[in-house]
Amino acid sequence: MSLLKEALEAGKFGITAEMAPPKGCDFTEQMEAAELLRGKVHGVNVTDMQSASLKATGLGLCIKLKQAGVEPILQMTGRDRNRMALMGDALSAAAFGIDTMLALTGDHPVVGDCRDSKPVYDLDSVGILQMLTDMEESGRDCGGNPLSGNAYDKETDTVTDKSATPKFYKGASVTPVYEPLFLQINKLRQKVEAGAMYVQTQGIFDLDTYKRFLEAVDKAGIKTHIMAGIIPLKAAGMAKYMNENVPGIDVPQHMIDRLAAAAAEGKEKGVKGLPAKLGIEMAAEMIAEIKAQGLGDGVHIMAIGAEKNVPVILEKAGLSI
Amino acid sequence: MIITQKKPIEEVMALVGDAKTVAIVGCNSCATACQTGGEPQIKELAAILEQAGKKVVATTIADYCCMNLGVKAKMKPINAANPDCVICMSCGDGVQCVAKNAPTIPVYPSNNTMYLGEAVKFGVWEESCRFCGDCVLGQTGAVCPITQCAKSLVNGPCGGQKNGKCEVNPENPCAWIKIYERLEATGQLDKLSMRRKDKGYGDFAYPRTISLRGKK
Repeated sequence: MSLLKEALEAGKFGITAEMAPPKGCDFTEQMEAAELLRGKVHGVNVTDMQSASLKATGLGLCIKLKQAGVEPILQMTGRDRNRMALMGDALSAAAFGIDTMLALTGDHPVVGDCRDSKPVYDLDSVGILQMLTDMEESGRDCGGNPLSGNAYDKETDTVTDKSATPKFYKGASVTPVYEPLFLQINKLRQKVEAGAMYVQTQGIFDLDTYKRFLEAVDKAGIKTHIMAGIIPLKAAGMAKYMNENVPGIDVPQHMIDRLAAAAAEGKEKGVKGLPAKLGIEMAAEMIAEIKAQGLGDGVHIMAIGAEKNVPVILEKAGLSI
Repeated sequence: MIITQKKPIEEVMALVGDAKTVAIVGCNSCATACQTGGEPQIKELAAILEQAGKKVVATTIADYCCMNLGVKAKMKPINAANPDCVICMSCGDGVQCVAKNAPTIPVYPSNNTMYLGEAVKFGVWEESCRFCGDCVLGQTGAVCPITQCAKSLVNGPCGGQKNGKCEVNPENPCAWIKIYERLEATGQLDKLSMRRKDKGYGDFAYPRTISLRGKK
């Protein structure tokens, strides 16, 4: 059973991290990070060419992680693959024991680094979730054909035993900083209705915003496990860049000021890496606060290439699985 | 209206190639409105061809290049002139219809066919419909998510809008925010909670024929 499912359904504080496959075929760096993450998290999201930037496919890294004893979370977007390709990947994933996934619509190719690629979007996040739910419930593929291994009675067109159907712990993402929030809440409802059992949020930097979002979800009567997205900041410039360019990101000015002050202090003392250190501290503080206040059901740490910092952040936040 | 744009003239001349005699067929509907296939554009193209040493042996303009019956009549004198090639200044549909009516003469397009658009003001056309074959406008406040959302999302927005603008082209508003605003203004926000049943693409394999005469 999915480790993340086990944790969240037992009421534990869920902890996930995130990793991107390389733009190449050498997975050494990813596997080094996996060594550090093993036993520290309930799962590691493997991104599906995030920001529409070409990478090795997520399924490959998921298999490697699984073999290394780290639970992968297969991210699936509808950008590059139609329903057949997505379902085929889901079946291959299941064959390797991968049982946790997260559906996304996917950034458009024109904002990425292979902009001539044809966008597919046969299914969006809701559609991907629904397709997998339908598969699990029917024991059939996306064309309505019985999956091999299931017992099927041709005469009555009935799948009499669907135990060979893979089951996934399915997740989705949500953006709490969104105007009008009604649209995000409404889409979240559709994702949950389509089968999302947990959601990870876009990076949270302000707890009041997060609280308002949780209240809105609650008010809408949506029942799911919510994990707060945590992005450890590395520098004031990174925060400013994300504020300007990344949808749903809103780093408060006081955080940017603290990072800038750390950079100034480092320059004065001739010490490198002070802003990144502060970023780790701030992420740990945020996580500890979320846990202490019981806001949602867990955290999802997106270290953006600095996955080796995740165990440090967790330790500082006093968290373990 | 079908929105067309002129191909670069070099591309048209390359298609004409060594042909010595050329006929031009314009279109009196969409391409005239788009200024890509009306009388002035026919004259302009004829002048360019003549300047390049070609002889324009016949020109005509069909009311609709996409209507076989009308085109058939218009093509009689063109076929009689027997040019080395025909340049059709319509949309891609018109070019094919004209070619069917000129069985032994090469027919070349002078335009690129862009989209089904709305003339929002003189000389400005916005893409408005992508012929999805399963109109959702009744649920979306008459704002088309298939066309106006760069990802054609039917279940609500992605997370990619910034200040109400689309991640794909920041000049475009997020279709789903437009839908939200329209439904709010018409007191129909409840329509947003309705999930659209995925109909798939199995029934939309092309080329298709719609006939009011029953099956052939």
